[in-house]
Amino acid sequence: MGIAALNPSYAGLNLRILNSGAVMKIAVLSDIHSNIEALLACLAHARRHGAEQYVFLGDLLGYGADPLACIGVIAPMVGDGAVAVLGNHEEAILGGLCESMEPFAREVVYWTRKQLRQPERDFIRALPMTASRGNAFYVHASAASPGRWIYIDNAVAAAKCMDASGAPLTFAGHVHHQCLYYTSGHGAAQVFNPVIGAAIPVSPHRRWLAIAGSVGQPRDGNTAAAYLLHDQQRESLTFFRVPYDYLSAARKVRAAGLPERLARRLETGN
Amino acid sequence: MDLTNLHPGSEVDGFRVGEKIHEGGMAVLYRVEREGGGFPMLMKVPRLEFGSHPSCYVGFEVEQMILETLTGPHVPRWVTKGSLEDTPYLVMEYVEGRSLHEYAERAPIPAEEAARLVAALATAVHDLHRQEVIHLDIKPANVIYRPDGRAVLVDFGLARHGHFPDLVEEEFHRPVGTAAYISPEQVKGNRDNPRSDLFAIGVILYQLCTGQLPFGEPTTLGGFRRRLFLDPVPPRVWAPGLPEWMQEIILHCLEIEAGKRYATAAQIAFDLTHPDDVPLSGRAARLKRAGLPVIARRWWRSLRTKPGTNAAPTTHLAQAPQILVAIDPGSGQEALRREILAAVRQATAADANCRIMCVTVLEPDISTEQETGHELANSLYTQRLVELHHWAAELRLPAHRLRFHVLEGTDAAATLVEYARQNHVDQIIMGARGSSALRRILGSVSARVVAEAPCTVTVVRSPRSHQ
Repeated sequence: MGIAALNPSYAGLNLRILNSGAVMKIAVLSDIHSNIEALLACLAHARRHGAEQYVFLGDLLGYGADPLACIGVIAPMVGDGAVAVLGNHEEAILGGLCESMEPFAREVVYWTRKQLRQPERDFIRALPMTASRGNAFYVHASAASPGRWIYIDNAVAAAKCMDASGAPLTFAGHVHHQCLYYTSGHGAAQVFNPVIGAAIPVSPHRRWLAIAGSVGQPRDGNTAAAYLLHDQQRESLTFFRVPYDYLSAARKVRAAGLPERLARRLETGN
Repeated sequence: MDLTNLHPGSEVDGFRVGEKIHEGGMAVLYRVEREGGGFPMLMKVPRLEFGSHPSCYVGFEVEQMILETLTGPHVPRWVTKGSLEDTPYLVMEYVEGRSLHEYAERAPIPAEEAARLVAALATAVHDLHRQEVIHLDIKPANVIYRPDGRAVLVDFGLARHGHFPDLVEEEFHRPVGTAAYISPEQVKGNRDNPRSDLFAIGVILYQLCTGQLPFGEPTTLGGFRRRLFLDPVPPRVWAPGLPEWMQEIILHCLEIEAGKRYATAAQIAFDLTHPDDVPLSGRAARLKRAGLPVIARRWWRSLRTKPGTNAAPTTHLAQAPQILVAIDPGSGQEALRREILAAVRQATAADANCRIMCVTVLEPDISTEQETGHELANSLYTQRLVELHHWAAELRLPAHRLRFHVLEGTDAAATLVEYARQNHVDQIIMGARGSSALRRILGSVSARVVAEAPCTVTVVRSPRSHQ
């Protein structure tokens, strides 16, 4: 069975190809963490807001109870031209002892390994570390040494990432908080906390780094899933929060025997 | 292509370039036309020489970012932009009309004329704040009047949008604005308070009425900072004939602490169009500046930097709604009266800066031509006004938060809706159809007001009508 057949409802989606040069609306989703409820809610929300293409910024798996269902949705979309990059959870799932991970995270990695079959393993093994389309650069953690999984939680780390990407627009995840960094005339990075739902113009002559937040495991006290929409024509970014059925997602985490704190986290958003 | 030196008749992206209107240090302005353009247009080209510092872009970038989001009659209509990298320019509506600068040059002008001009300006500023934008460089040269009297704000290079990163603040790290009009909090580097624009409105009113600038045109940071503790010479010192209500309004706008100023530009517009209703406080009669102890205290306070308010403009406005209460004081419907009072109390408790406009509609008497009829109408008008005051006394609100108006009109609903529209009312509270006694003013009227009002309408029912 080919991976595109895993989820027939997405296999037929006619997605526009990102590097075709056409301007469009691109939904950027990061840190889905095997949360199918959150993923489907965000995709539906994005389609309602006119998204024509999708980018997945890594950490598709880990923490949640639905790794197969998530890949079943994402892989066909990638087959149709969507972009996906590798996250540290995918890297861990592909092999190794994961000694640097916290024990509860490691436990989920081992559990997820057992769930995956060959097609899913092939899919995540084929994911690139970074991707570049037009004036946008996509990476899971930081464009400055992508494989070291650096957390961008301050202006200095953001500036290094923007320097390394070389593109006007860099999109990253890894940190589970939505945030927008940009360069000022002095070259220093500034931070902006986006207002949810407001289209923020991002002029192409300075550099911007958008942290998409987490679809499947928000950590800011708000249970709603986070993603952003990049409107290439209007040159704007809109950060969204999408309510989803987190109680079902948490119930499945418990039913799968995964650590209780992961279920609690979905229920509290912390 | 060098866009700063275009010849009339040349073409840029389908726009035919006309005369050069203005050539400044920051930008060059041309009139332009386009096939089927529909209205006069202007092209603004920033001066960006090769190798110029990125901060030269900022004003241009900010204006482009913000103007593109704005709509309505009080801003130039947005047309398009050229891509920043190769051909930077903006095209917008060319607003034909007189600039406030022309009036300011003739200052002092009569208080009534100043009130008319600045009421239009305040209306424009309120509309801007409602769209989440603070201008932060309001001055006579940036205000143009359309032939119908409506004011248009131009030049958004220093403006701030409540939902966007503030590129200006990041770029300059020092107060930016125009020396004569900049507010005390802007001097301190705070760029997120819509009341900064109200301060600038106060400076303009002062200038129009007295021919003087209340804080001069300082050129040093120390000179800028004087307005943090030194209040201006009361305008009636320069212009003894200036009405007290005007001085009240001017000094209310020029309060050093933003929180003591008017809460919204809509309130200023209202007071300027209803001067007889302005309650006079100590500001109105003042003929001296504050004494040395007060100045010393303010100076000491000015040394501490208060954090910004950090709220979007519409959040500020939401805390200071204008609430119109339509009442029929003579109706004798005690239960309904109490319910309306309770609804208004709730509103005043929720928003400490809200302003309550108590309004009733009086049908004009056709017999007013006759002497006795005129007197009768006058006494009825006065009687209604007294009743409105009596009604509001139970709210126990300070005078500056209350306004009273007896409107005249044969069509009560249309009269109320029009009043709400003209005075930027955010919410109407009125009684429901209940008994025949009320129907004339409130009953049949409420449904139409609900349908036609430009704002939220709360229709209050007396408990009895639940059955």
